[in-house]
Amino acid sequence: MSSRYSRQERFSPIGIAGQEKLRDAHVLIIGAGALGSSSAEMLARAGVGKITIVDRDYVEMSNLQRQQLYSEIDVINKNPKAVAAQKRLEAINSDIRVQGIVADVNGMNVEDLVIGKALIVDAGDNFETRLIINDAAVKHNVPFLFGACVGSYGITFPMIPGETPCLHCLMDHLPAQNLTCDTAGVISPIVQLVASYQVTTALKFLTGAKLSPLLQSVDIWNDENAKIRVDRLKKENCKTCGNNPSFPYLSFEGQTKTEILCGRNTVQIRPGVARILSFEELGRRLESLGCEMTVNSYLLSCSFEGRRVVLFKDGRALIHGTNDITEARGIYNRLIG
Amino acid sequence: MTIQLNGKTVTLPQEVATVQDLLSHYQIENRIVIVELNKEIPGKEQYETLLLNEGDRVEMIHFVGGG
Ligand SMILES: [Zn+2]
Repeated sequence: MSSRYSRQERFSPIGIAGQEKLRDAHVLIIGAGALGSSSAEMLARAGVGKITIVDRDYVEMSNLQRQQLYSEIDVINKNPKAVAAQKRLEAINSDIRVQGIVADVNGMNVEDLVIGKALIVDAGDNFETRLIINDAAVKHNVPFLFGACVGSYGITFPMIPGETPCLHCLMDHLPAQNLTCDTAGVISPIVQLVASYQVTTALKFLTGAKLSPLLQSVDIWNDENAKIRVDRLKKENCKTCGNNPSFPYLSFEGQTKTEILCGRNTVQIRPGVARILSFEELGRRLESLGCEMTVNSYLLSCSFEGRRVVLFKDGRALIHGTNDITEARGIYNRLIG
Repeated sequence: MTIQLNGKTVTLPQEVATVQDLLSHYQIENRIVIVELNKEIPGKEQYETLLLNEGDRVEMIHFVGGG
C-alpha cells in the first residue's frame, strides 16, 4: 500500500474503504477562484480520483492574495484559471485525473457538466450561476454543496436532491444585488473556512456518512456563527424541486442575455429574471472605492475596472469599451453579484 | 432589550422592536435573509409585525454571492 493517503486512512470515519470510494469518485467544481482553488487543492490531495474544474476567467494580480493555486507567472501570462488550476493540481497529485474547462457555465452547458458526477462543489461568484447549477443538480440528482463568502463572512449549505430544500426554495427569487468580493473585499481565512466546510461535507458524502441539512454562516473576523435547520423550508410548489418542476434557470427565457452592440464597442447585459437595483447602496459602496460615478433616477454610470458601466434600474447594463462578452459578464457579476 | 443573536448576547437600541427593525439595524433588509426566532422560521410577511422580546434566541443568516 502506498503511504500517500495513510494519515487519512487511519482516520477511522474514512478508513481504507472510504479512501477507495474517494478514488472512484468524480467531483465537479464550478469556479476556480478563491473557493475553487482551496476546495480543489484539498480534494486533489485527498485523492478524489477525478476532478473537473470549470472557470471562465484568467488569473489577475488581485487574485493572488487568496487564490492559492496561482502564482505571478500566471498573471504575467494571463493564464486561464481552469488551465493553471489543472496544471497545479496535476503537479500536486499525479495519481488522479484533473480536467480544467475554460467556459462560462450557463443553462445551455450546465447539464453536460453535471451528468455523471458524484458531487458538485460550488465555487461561483454570482447567484444566477448558482441557481442554474441548482436546477441541473436537482434534475440529475447530484448533490450540490453551496458555499459563498464576502468580507470576513461566509455561508454553506449542502443541497441534497430529494432530501433537503433546494437553493431555489431558500431564496425564492434572485437577490436584486449583492455584496461582491470586488466591491466589499474579502480576506483569505474566510475563503479557507468556507472551503473547509464544503470539502468536509464532500468527504463525508463520498464516504457514505450522514449529512445534516444545516444552513451555516460564519463571520471569522467578528467571531460569530449561526446554524439554521432549513428542512422546513422545502416548498411543494418549488419550480426546481417541487411536485411539478419546470427548471426555470435551464430555459432560454431564464438566462441572462448578452449582446455586442455593433460599432459601439459595448456589450449589453439583460438579466433573465427582473431585478430592481438600489442605486443608493451601490453608490455608497462605489464612492468608498473612489469610483467616479453619476447617478440619476434612471441609471447609474460609473467607471469600474477601467470600463465605463451604465446600470439601469431593471438590472440591464451597458459595458462600454469592450466587445468581449466574457469580460463584460465578469464585470457585471463583480459589480452587482 | 437584550437577545441572543447568532449565539452572542446583544443589547439592541430601543427603536428595534420587530424582526424587520432588526434586519434594518444590521443593514441587511435588502438581502435574502433567513431568520430563526426561538427555533421557528417565520415567513417574510410576518417580519414587520413580529415583535422581539427580552431573551429571544435569534439566528440570522443572510446570503452573499462571492467566492
Ligand atoms: Zn426547491
